[in-house]
Amino acid sequence: MRAPYFCNTAAHSVNRRAFLGTSLGAAAALTPLGFASAAAAKTLQKSQKRVCVIYLSGGASQLETWDPKPNTDNGGPFRSIPTSVPGTHISELLPLSAKQAHRLAIVRGVNTKENSHSPGRTIMLTGRRPDPAIQYPHLGAVSAKLLGSESDTLPGHISILPNAEGASNKSDAAFLGPKFAAILLGDGKPPANLLRPKTLTEEADLQREALRKKLTDRFARSRRSAATEAYSESFDQADQIFRQADLFDVAKEPAKTSDRYGKHDFARHLLLARRLLEAGVTYVKVSHSNYDTHHENFDFHLEQMGEFDRPFTAFLDDLQDRGMLESTLVVVMAEFGRTPKINDRYGRDHWGTAWSVALAGCGIKGGAVVGKTNANGTAVTDREVNGGHLFHTYLRAVGLDPKKNFYPNDRPVPIADPAAAAIDEILA
Amino acid sequence: MAIDPTLARVERELKHTSPLIGCRFDPSGRYLYATAQDETIVRFDTTSDEKLSLVGHKSWARGLAFLPGSTSSSHTLLSADYHGKLFWWSSADATKPTRTLDAHEGWVRAVAVSPDGSTIATCGNDHLVKLWTAAGAPIRTLEGHASHVYNVAFHPDGRHLVSVDHKGILKDWDWQAGKCVRDLDAKALHSFDPRFYADIGGARGIAFDTRAGKVRLAACGITNVSNAFAGVGNPLVILFDWVDGKPTLLKLKDAFQGTGWGVAFHPDDYIILAAGGSGGRVFFWKGDDATSLHEVKVPIGARDLAVKAQGDQFAVAGANGTAYLYGFTPPPKVEKKPAAKPKK
Repeated sequence: MRAPYFCNTAAHSVNRRAFLGTSLGAAAALTPLGFASAAAAKTLQKSQKRVCVIYLSGGASQLETWDPKPNTDNGGPFRSIPTSVPGTHISELLPLSAKQAHRLAIVRGVNTKENSHSPGRTIMLTGRRPDPAIQYPHLGAVSAKLLGSESDTLPGHISILPNAEGASNKSDAAFLGPKFAAILLGDGKPPANLLRPKTLTEEADLQREALRKKLTDRFARSRRSAATEAYSESFDQADQIFRQADLFDVAKEPAKTSDRYGKHDFARHLLLARRLLEAGVTYVKVSHSNYDTHHENFDFHLEQMGEFDRPFTAFLDDLQDRGMLESTLVVVMAEFGRTPKINDRYGRDHWGTAWSVALAGCGIKGGAVVGKTNANGTAVTDREVNGGHLFHTYLRAVGLDPKKNFYPNDRPVPIADPAAAAIDEILA
Repeated sequence: MAIDPTLARVERELKHTSPLIGCRFDPSGRYLYATAQDETIVRFDTTSDEKLSLVGHKSWARGLAFLPGSTSSSHTLLSADYHGKLFWWSSADATKPTRTLDAHEGWVRAVAVSPDGSTIATCGNDHLVKLWTAAGAPIRTLEGHASHVYNVAFHPDGRHLVSVDHKGILKDWDWQAGKCVRDLDAKALHSFDPRFYADIGGARGIAFDTRAGKVRLAACGITNVSNAFAGVGNPLVILFDWVDGKPTLLKLKDAFQGTGWGVAFHPDDYIILAAGGSGGRVFFWKGDDATSLHEVKVPIGARDLAVKAQGDQFAVAGANGTAYLYGFTPPPKVEKKPAAKPKK
């Protein structure tokens, strides 16, 4: 079976020698830590658009984050606090984020009409409801494909998870092909056994790799398929990571910086995301686990938002300080929100009917709040949007035209759901 | 007359419009105070259908305790809320608080009063235990916990104070000297759920007892947690022998999934636990027997337990807004009406 790729460009026939040549050439501009020189970084920062999704796995509560309803039957025990934007209040669990509200756009009228984890995830990451007839690529694959370039020395799509066990990237890229599927970093670490064993010399490794490549190329000339392509891409991606392994080591950061983020796993993962974006990775998704609080929602949100708030704001500060915020779209999302009604175990359940997403950075109008829910949070009363609207908005924010098409098997497939449109009110 | 736990039944339902959180009987046993999710405290008169709403908190409150009043029938209620505030309410006019105090940074999880009524102890999410005069003047702060402090109780001798945190560290303080005397192990009340990357724990209820000829301390919560976010675990009471600090884990005769929210000693040498999770239950243990002897199904998830000082009744705060008042009297006999004669 031929790989059902949307085109036959060089992106799908990466020449390893050319890749190595490019990466070596690019590496000449890198500092010993793998970072671009100040001048090169500046050019990168201005020209390259990037995306970072902070994914609150399990579904964070909108009432304990961006749309609090204190002193109502559904409000829970926490209060709302004023932010740096006059008139905008968010949960007291986000005191540092409140000080950066002028950088954030809050979408409070999200209604995805979906209360199950997996379909909710699909809606939020592809901008479409799951469709048995076609798999749509995730935002990460779309970003890597449309924002990345042939000269990138790192994979364009990276997903940092608390634990990669059981995680899959199979559906990430869909018809865009394995080159754009996520590299999964469990606990922020490159996959096990990626690095060259100490017993294997560099020379022997190169010889081995050359032989593998020769055989692969010969095979691909006559029998290229999705499977061989995926195989080949995985080697290329592994090689890319291997050559910049230091990049993945957040211990290389000054103690002062890591202290600003915090010492826990999510802090470390978000700091790694910043390093990767800074080094030119197009799309990084960082998952923070977990918010699926059917039981004791308030204790757990206290714990989880306490972990989220500090590194999130340190991350925004870092992007701003490096001149990267205006070229990096940051999205804080989940698969859904949580029920306004509090259950008898102090929990909140799944709720896709009226919840919130926050954005910052590239193309986003800081301080904007769009959409409204009713007094106790049970319904959207103004400017209802769904995953499709948000997907359009992400693309527009980074300068892409969501109305264009991909052409898998020469058939036009709109990049974003044509039934939706961007949320213009939050676009700069 | 000694109670028979197997006779425990709901004698009255005290209804409120918002889910209840905590409950305590006043020292006379006439009133049951219950905190609710609508941020009020409801005072139910157990001798009539009267109830009064105490309005003042701007958040949920769970911690409740009493200062003795100037007469045997008067008292002052203390209530502690999620916003760090401690309120005083006089039984003479409970319609408004007589005093409020910013006690902690964040949630004040519990409040206790010393046996002589002179000192108040509070604890909270700022990892601190604080001592106050009955009028609310600060006495001292006890530092040493490294996580949220869930509960606090005075030893009956008034000199020692215990506090339990999220991780199940139970500290025995000589509070007047401001020193931690020892740590006791209540870690069975804490779990880290690796699936959800979350800690769950803390003593949701705590009680001292001297009536069985020795000092015992009970703390309750959740244990054996396999899914923190769904509350999959079992309620647990840890019973400490005060002298040697040795813990005994009290077992449930029949499995139940949930959290132990309130524990109390009954004057007839029973330990009573109220639990909520997959429904609600009240469990009874007798003496030093580590296995429960009886359980009562509660109509809804139980969120707190209060036992009347006289021992004839106990109350369970329900997640449906009802406080269930239990007694130990046999149900009244219902006389059977004679069957109607068939019409000719």
